[in-house]
Amino acid sequence: MNELSRPAVLDVARIREDFPILTQRVHGKKLVFLDSAASAQKPRAVIDAMREAMETQYANVHRGLHWMSERTTAAYEATRDAVARLIGAASREEIVFTRNSTEAINLVAHSYGRGVLRPGQAVLISGMEHHSNLVPWQMLRDAHGIELRVAPVTDAGELDMPAFEALLADGGVGLVAITHMSNVLGTVTPAARIAALAHAHGAKVLFDGSQAVVHRRIDVQALDADFYAFTGHKLYGPTGIGVLWGRRALLEAMPPFLGGGDMISSVTYERSTWAAVPHKFEAGTPAILEAIGLAAAIRYVEAIGYDAIAAHEAALTDHALGRLAQVEGVHVLGRAQDRGGVVSFTLDGAHAHDVATLLDRQGIAVRAGHHCAEPLMRRFGLDSTARASFGIYTTHAEIDALAEALDRVRAFFA
Amino acid sequence: MFDDLRDLYQETILDHGRHPRHAHRLEAFDATARGDNPMCGDRVQVWVKRGPGDTISDVGFEARGCAICVASADLMAETLPGRTVAEFGDLFDAFRGMVTTGKRPADGAREEDMERLEPLSGVHEFPSRVKCATLAWHAAAAALAGSGEASSE
Repeated sequence: MNELSRPAVLDVARIREDFPILTQRVHGKKLVFLDSAASAQKPRAVIDAMREAMETQYANVHRGLHWMSERTTAAYEATRDAVARLIGAASREEIVFTRNSTEAINLVAHSYGRGVLRPGQAVLISGMEHHSNLVPWQMLRDAHGIELRVAPVTDAGELDMPAFEALLADGGVGLVAITHMSNVLGTVTPAARIAALAHAHGAKVLFDGSQAVVHRRIDVQALDADFYAFTGHKLYGPTGIGVLWGRRALLEAMPPFLGGGDMISSVTYERSTWAAVPHKFEAGTPAILEAIGLAAAIRYVEAIGYDAIAAHEAALTDHALGRLAQVEGVHVLGRAQDRGGVVSFTLDGAHAHDVATLLDRQGIAVRAGHHCAEPLMRRFGLDSTARASFGIYTTHAEIDALAEALDRVRAFFA
Repeated sequence: MFDDLRDLYQETILDHGRHPRHAHRLEAFDATARGDNPMCGDRVQVWVKRGPGDTISDVGFEARGCAICVASADLMAETLPGRTVAEFGDLFDAFRGMVTTGKRPADGAREEDMERLEPLSGVHEFPSRVKCATLAWHAAAAALAGSGEASSE
């Protein structure tokens, strides 16, 4: 069988061997880790890459004239190439490293928001944003006098597209900032259409891809996006490293975010001049080891292939929706047509925290709470839900274990 | 299956969580405060009516939270009437000690009241749930101190 005709099937048993933590036992039970949307587990390739860097080639980047620094700089900068390839960026200079998605969005809110958006212009978000794509815009509104508009979410948990378009109609929106995949509902938003509508009304568009990049291939140019943010630790990489992609012309027109070393061209007491993009936005010693770990994570994901990952997660999600529908008293939040491997639910007669504690005692890790999306919770009349989320290592048997465990939880609280 | 969880979810807790006796706003009250746990979204409003001298005569609450949060608020509301504000402070300290260490005060202080709150002692084995148990107490403390809001963070 040649490479092209290889079916998009993922060998989960083989993949699980790559993740040392999955053999751990919790409360004497086999670990069933269904909290990857909060942070994914790490394959040995990532662990090894970071350890090897520390053991064999480590120094600060961009400043040493010695072998160690040159080697480390090359490894750090190679991650920029890997990210550019991963998301289809036009050039490596469009990749800015941040701490996480939150910092990437704050960078845009601070720099593009204050430097390019004018008071009175609006930023349009959706009703299913993570707080990380809501609070920075509130802060910009209060500090800079922009207007904040919120496009509603339908009962099915999808973006209300007619309402979204109506909010663009007056041409007052300077920037649309919307999630590419909801961390609560699993809804994948129609990003290409959102970008087309935004551009037709004179707005730029930023996508929060924290969840989306884990589940499907992203091509920022095909989407016609202007900014795209994601974080490494959900993509099987380490914490502390995130990415902001921006169109080069936009990044070049933006003022720096943080000031300090590495982001300057020259400094005198009278004035400083800025380094070229992307370094203009990377003040101080960056997350060197984490960048090296992220590159390993990207290589790992690319070797499996997004076709296989997407097919696996679609099958898992279908299986989960089917199994949870059979558990008496379970209600799944949202029923979007296009969705990824995140399923939020409530259980009659039991609060989400109690559900999570009882699942934990059976070795099953889920998240419970408002998932950093309080306004979305209120939209559905809830304070909290339990959430199961899937990764490349998740099996159908683990979802069966969840459904069976929920039956026992229901009986406990009956 | 859940034998080891019976320490946390004792029958008293499940009962008070399901059928709280004091989960209502007081018709007449002297102080009220809201408690928020921003990390998990639990929310409780506590109303306090004062009696003669420095005493508390009635407590009511409304909670959006888990079984531990609701049961703890209910047991607190059951315990406080007749106690003075100073006694509330001692009791809150003793209660906080019990849900974090599992131990009641060594000097046997407020023995009778602690007996009533004892079913919550199992919480100490679940560090992430301690805040659920203390939220209503924080709100009551805020109400008695005349501040409208409390957080269990």
